[in-house]
Amino acid sequence: MSAILQTEKLRVEFSSRELRGVPKIALHGLDLEVRAGEVFGFLGPNGAGKTTTMNVLLGFVPPTSGAASLFGIDVRQPIARQRIGYLPELTYYYKFLTAEELLRFYAKIFGLARAEADRRIDELLKLVELEHARKRLIKSYSKGMQQRVGLAQALINNPDLLILDEPTSGLDPLGRMKVREIIQRLKNEGKTVFFSSHELGEVETVCDRVAIIHQGQLKAIGRVSEITGSHANLEKAFLEIIGFPTPTSP
Amino acid sequence: MRNIFAVAGVVIKELYRRKDFYVLFIVTILICLVMASVNIFNDAKIARYLKEICLLLVWVSSLIIAITTPARQIPAERENRTLLPLLAKPLTRLELIVGKFLGCWLACGVALLCFYIFFGALSATREHEWPLLQYFQAVMLHWFMLGIVVALSLLGSLVFAAPSSNSTICFVVVGGILFVGRHLDQIALTLKEPVRTIVYSLYFAIPHLELFDVRDLVIHNWPLIPWTYFCLALLYALAYMTVFLTGACLVFRRKAVN
Repeated sequence: MSAILQTEKLRVEFSSRELRGVPKIALHGLDLEVRAGEVFGFLGPNGAGKTTTMNVLLGFVPPTSGAASLFGIDVRQPIARQRIGYLPELTYYYKFLTAEELLRFYAKIFGLARAEADRRIDELLKLVELEHARKRLIKSYSKGMQQRVGLAQALINNPDLLILDEPTSGLDPLGRMKVREIIQRLKNEGKTVFFSSHELGEVETVCDRVAIIHQGQLKAIGRVSEITGSHANLEKAFLEIIGFPTPTSP
Repeated sequence: MRNIFAVAGVVIKELYRRKDFYVLFIVTILICLVMASVNIFNDAKIARYLKEICLLLVWVSSLIIAITTPARQIPAERENRTLLPLLAKPLTRLELIVGKFLGCWLACGVALLCFYIFFGALSATREHEWPLLQYFQAVMLHWFMLGIVVALSLLGSLVFAAPSSNSTICFVVVGGILFVGRHLDQIALTLKEPVRTIVYSLYFAIPHLELFDVRDLVIHNWPLIPWTYFCLALLYALAYMTVFLTGACLVFRRKAVN
C-alpha cells in the first residue's frame, strides 16, 4: 500500500519568551507513515506533540527541519490540502450560519459546483443525522450536534484522507458511538483516517495501526495487537510505553 | 477570487444577522424623525440643520460598523477555533484577509446605502428634490473612506489581541485624524526640532480622512466636486487600503494559527 501521509525526521522547535530564549522542542525527528485505506490512531499523553504534528501536516506550523508530505506533496503547498478533511478538537462553528450554509461555504472553497455541493450537503447531513436541523442556526445546536456538523464539514470535499483531532472529546457515550460509527463507515468506503484520541478503548476498536508518541518522540508504532503484546489491553501497554508506573495486579 | 468571495459572503451574512446594524439604523431614524417633528426657532431653513444632524448620525453609525465589524473577525475566528478548519482547506492566508476586508467593506457599503436612502427621503420631504449626483459623490467618498478605516481596523485586529482594545484604539486614531489631522502641519510650525519633523512626517503619513467628508456638499446643495478630484480622492483611498492590507497580510503570515 502507498503512503498517503509521511513525515521524515520531523523536528519542531518553539522559541519561548517564558523560557528566556531556550527553545522548546515539540517534535524530535518524528518518522511516520500512514498507508492508503487504513485507520491510524495517533496516541500520546497531553503535550506529547500530537497536535503539533497535525499542525505541521495542515501547514499551520512550519517544521524546523525534516519533511512532511500528504499524497507526496510538501505540506507547505496549499494544494496538499485539496484532498484532505480536518476536524479540530472543540470548535465552535459560525453560530450565525445554519449547517447547510456552513457546508455550502466550505464547498465553495473547494470549488464544488452548485449541483455537486447540493448532493454532498444532503448526503453528509444524512450521514451525521442533522437533516432535521439543517435550516437551524448553529448557535442552537448541542455540543454533540456541533461536533457532527464539524465532521460533515471535514467530509464536504469527499476527502481521501481524514485528519481528526480528538473527535469524541467532550461527547456523551451516544455521541461517541455515533462518531465511531461514522469512522467505521468511512473505513469501509476505503478512506484513510488519521486521528488522535485519549479514548484508548475506542482506538482499540476502530484502528488498524497506532503510533504512540511521548515528549515529541515516537515510542511505538504497529498494529494494535502488536502494541498490546502481552498486556491485557492497549491502555496498559500505553502506560508502560510512556513510562508510567502501572500497579501490578495481585 | 472564488475563495475571497466565499469568505466575504460569510462576513456579509454575519452583519445582517447581527443586531448592531439594525440598532444603529433604528436609533438614527428615531432621532431624525423626532428632530423633524419639531420646528425649532421657527427657522425657514431648518431642513439644513436636520440634514446636518442626520448626516452626523450616519457618519458616527458608519464608523461604528466600519471599526467594530473587522475588529472582531480574526480574533473571533481564533477564539472559536474556526480558523483551523478554514486554513486546513485550500485557502491561503492572503485570500482570507482580502476576503474579510472585502466582506466588511461591502457590508459597510450596504449599510451606508440604507442610511443614505433614508437621508435622501428625509431631505426630499422638506426640500422636494433629489440631487442624485451630489448624493452619489457623497456616498462614494464616504464608502471609500470607510474602506481605509476597515483596512486599518483589520490590521489592528492582528496586532492587538482583544477586539475591544483594537476598537478603542481605532476610534481614537480615526477621531484624531478627522479632528486634528488637517491641522498637524500648523501645529508642527509651533514646535521645536526634532518634534517638528516628527509631527510633519505624521501629517504626510496619515490618511487624511477629512478629505472625504463632503457633508456640506449635500447639506448646502453646493456644486459638484470636479470629477478629476473625485477620482483622485478614490485612488488616494485605494492606495491607503492597499498599504494597510499589505501590512495585515504580512502580520498574519507570521501569526500562529492557534
